[in-house]
Amino acid sequence: MKDTFSRRSFLKTSALASGGMLIGFNLFNACKSDVKMPVDLSSLNYKDFNAYIKISPEGKVTIYSVNPEIGQGVKTSMPMIIAEELDVAWDDVYVVQAPLDTENFSGQVAGGSQSIRRSWQPLRETGATAKQMLINAAAARWGVDAKTCSAKEAVIYNANGDTLGYGDVVEAAAILDVPEEVTLKDPNDFTIIGKGKGNVDMDKIITGKPLFGLDYKEEGMVYASVLRPPAFGQMLESYDASKAKELPGVIDVITIGEKARTLLSEGKPNWSVKLSTTDKVVVIGKTTWDVIKGKKEITATWKTDSDLESTEDHDEKLLSLLHGKKFRTRRKDGNVKKAFANADKVLERVYESTFLPHNTMEPMNFFANVTEDKVHLVGPTQTPEAAEGAVASMLGRPVEDIHVDLTRMGGGFGRRLYNDYVLEAAEISDAIKKPVKMVSTREDDMATGVYRPASKYKISASIKDGKLTGYHLKEACINGNMYGLIPNFFPAGAIENYQVDSVRLKSNISVGAWRAPYTNFLASAEQSFFDELAEELGIDRVQLHMDLLDNVKKNPDANIEYSPERLQGVLKKVVEVSNWGKTADDVYQGLSVYYCHNTHVAEVADVIMENGFPVVKKVTCAIDCGIVVNPLGAMNQAKGGVLDGIGHALYADFSFKDGVPSVNNFNGYQLIRMAQTPKVDVHFIESDVAPTGLGEPTLPPVGAAVANAIYKATGNRLTKFPYAKYINVEEKIIG
Amino acid sequence: MPTFNLKINGKTHTVETDADTPLLWVLRDHINLVGTKFGCGIGQCGACTVHIDGNATRSCLLQVSQIEDAAITTIEGLSEDGSHPVQQAWKEIDVPQCGYCQSGQIMTASAFLNENPNPTNNDIRNAMNGNICRCASYNSIEEAVKVASEKLS
Ligand code: FES
Ligand code: FES
Repeated sequence: MKDTFSRRSFLKTSALASGGMLIGFNLFNACKSDVKMPVDLSSLNYKDFNAYIKISPEGKVTIYSVNPEIGQGVKTSMPMIIAEELDVAWDDVYVVQAPLDTENFSGQVAGGSQSIRRSWQPLRETGATAKQMLINAAAARWGVDAKTCSAKEAVIYNANGDTLGYGDVVEAAAILDVPEEVTLKDPNDFTIIGKGKGNVDMDKIITGKPLFGLDYKEEGMVYASVLRPPAFGQMLESYDASKAKELPGVIDVITIGEKARTLLSEGKPNWSVKLSTTDKVVVIGKTTWDVIKGKKEITATWKTDSDLESTEDHDEKLLSLLHGKKFRTRRKDGNVKKAFANADKVLERVYESTFLPHNTMEPMNFFANVTEDKVHLVGPTQTPEAAEGAVASMLGRPVEDIHVDLTRMGGGFGRRLYNDYVLEAAEISDAIKKPVKMVSTREDDMATGVYRPASKYKISASIKDGKLTGYHLKEACINGNMYGLIPNFFPAGAIENYQVDSVRLKSNISVGAWRAPYTNFLASAEQSFFDELAEELGIDRVQLHMDLLDNVKKNPDANIEYSPERLQGVLKKVVEVSNWGKTADDVYQGLSVYYCHNTHVAEVADVIMENGFPVVKKVTCAIDCGIVVNPLGAMNQAKGGVLDGIGHALYADFSFKDGVPSVNNFNGYQLIRMAQTPKVDVHFIESDVAPTGLGEPTLPPVGAAVANAIYKATGNRLTKFPYAKYINVEEKIIG
Repeated sequence: MPTFNLKINGKTHTVETDADTPLLWVLRDHINLVGTKFGCGIGQCGACTVHIDGNATRSCLLQVSQIEDAAITTIEGLSEDGSHPVQQAWKEIDVPQCGYCQSGQIMTASAFLNENPNPTNNDIRNAMNGNICRCASYNSIEEAVKVASEKLS
């Protein structure tokens, strides 16, 4: 890639008082012209810059980055990109997780597989700019033209064979002008990107060092456990804490809620977690166990303030909406009505899924210390900026007073986009005037959370003269799921008469993003439907997709989100590597192809029958996510997504009865375990286009791959999550 | 409040706490050994796994009064510096995703390999079945246990 870029207005440099060069840079916004670069490391200021790179006189590189890490490997792959273009050995690069303390920083969200895609180009340009400045400094020292010099692994060379290390010229480089234009490397010359790099926190993880929010401690810190209403639709009426207060480890019992309620009633923040509107009883104690015990001793009475909803009612209402007329049309091509009226045959199926809790392995928790001078918050959140803003508004403090430090997150999956637990911690600390850690138990976490909304789809296809003439997708979902882009996913553009409609059922149960939001069930519904459709049409399953994608290629549609070429690419790849259609007679294969979160994926599940029960043995996965920055991390994410998808499609069951969740811990809620996992075989499509995310896209399609394989094995078409509830699976594989 | 003398990672610690306090919270909140994780508190997930006299045990269900004479090993004491073959295998295979469950996984795997140094794949799958990884890093865990068993034999 010989393109040249100007990063001039996006970065600034300074010479550090302690020696070395400091580069402050912004990813998406130009730096303000009047900002001053710090000259010592204690005054790094993330209001002005997204991140900093320090190059020491010894030639070592430290990246101070604010990106939260939630198991997506971002903390590893971002510095890889900088190291690549800066041309230093990866072993000489250190990453320091910087505290978040910013009002201008945007995009600091680890969610939506966006991090890598959005910052890929600016990170490369920043690394390349720094390298060019070092080369310019060396060229000036030698008195030669910088164009005749080059750099590799932190050493600069000129045409005469002279060399200088980066460390030798950092000070001179720091005071040079930022070059107008720099050249990026050709991807073929990459030595770091595309080579596997281990997790940067590896040593700490395997030796058990403090790393996560739950591990964070401060002198004088107390613990807090929050008693929230057991049912959605209830509020606190009264409580008796006398028994709890007798326990030696319990310091106090208080109530909170008013501040968060006021904030929510003002429409801030833009998410809402229903249980944030009630008063809550908080047990303050000396240790986690003290507060867990104390909470059990509280007797509270709750009053009902809105409907106590049940899954049974939801099901009935959603189905009646689905078969009704109250839809909002999201995309409409041609005339679906006419196509259906003229059809020889109409295939129509309903697909249903449940609510899902996130169940991050590390339950929700946050540290807060609210004092006169400042508010210090520490813990795991996917949206630190939003946390900062919300706490500032809630406490009526200027945002400059709020200081958020991020810890590593024990999983996010969307749950930590909502900062209800951060608000709780801050409200508690504000009330007791002490540093406090709010800790949720698993029961708190699972039963008083935010959920993937239960949804139902009706998909219909019209067939005329053996050809597919129309496709109609309808969604009915708790509080809504479908949004603008989804109707432009496959098969949009491939079918002349195409329509997508949606309708929502209002509920007082908090719903929100859950790993691969919007598509985590939709993909399974659609890709199961296509399997049945191919059978109905008497066309090979692969051919049906290839033909539909050819239609898009012939009649390009500017609005579609996916690339027909790339979708065909992954499809061809998976056919080849999965031995599609060529496996032994006792191996049943199911296919699923999907585009979401900017990445194209095709998956084949191999199912065999063991003792008369279907068992998923292997999943083959072909992925086009552009350049693979960190193959090790990418492989982990892709495999994790597939297994997570299988686990939730097969086993995850979650419902409500009178506002109360059906289960609240892992004894009732089944997550996939090792003995149930197939081998996942991942293949990446070689590519030189900008990378797209991998945290999510392998999850949505896999449910259908499994369902389609189970159909071949058993003749049973599965249309409802969790599948295991509707087929006989052997006890052993349910775990 | 009663006091208890606990032998943890070769050192004796005296803690003052209720007799029913689970070892998990003694480790995390009293002794500051936070490598042992809380996942469910009911013995279902394995995040809190430690070794009691060499056996993998869930510390969330073990009351402090039950283990005064036992030798307790936590992830911090598995090796001085992360050099235990299981830790090394974890690093080689790049197992962790979010990393939260991994200390429990490593403690389960190390106790298991002590008993069964040459496991079959099925042995591994059954032995590790009690440890949940929400990030579903199971393929890598399986591979790493295999690699560790090779290192050990
Ligand atoms: S925390 Fe002990 S098994 Fe889950
Ligand atoms: S690595 Fe995240 S739970 Fe296992």
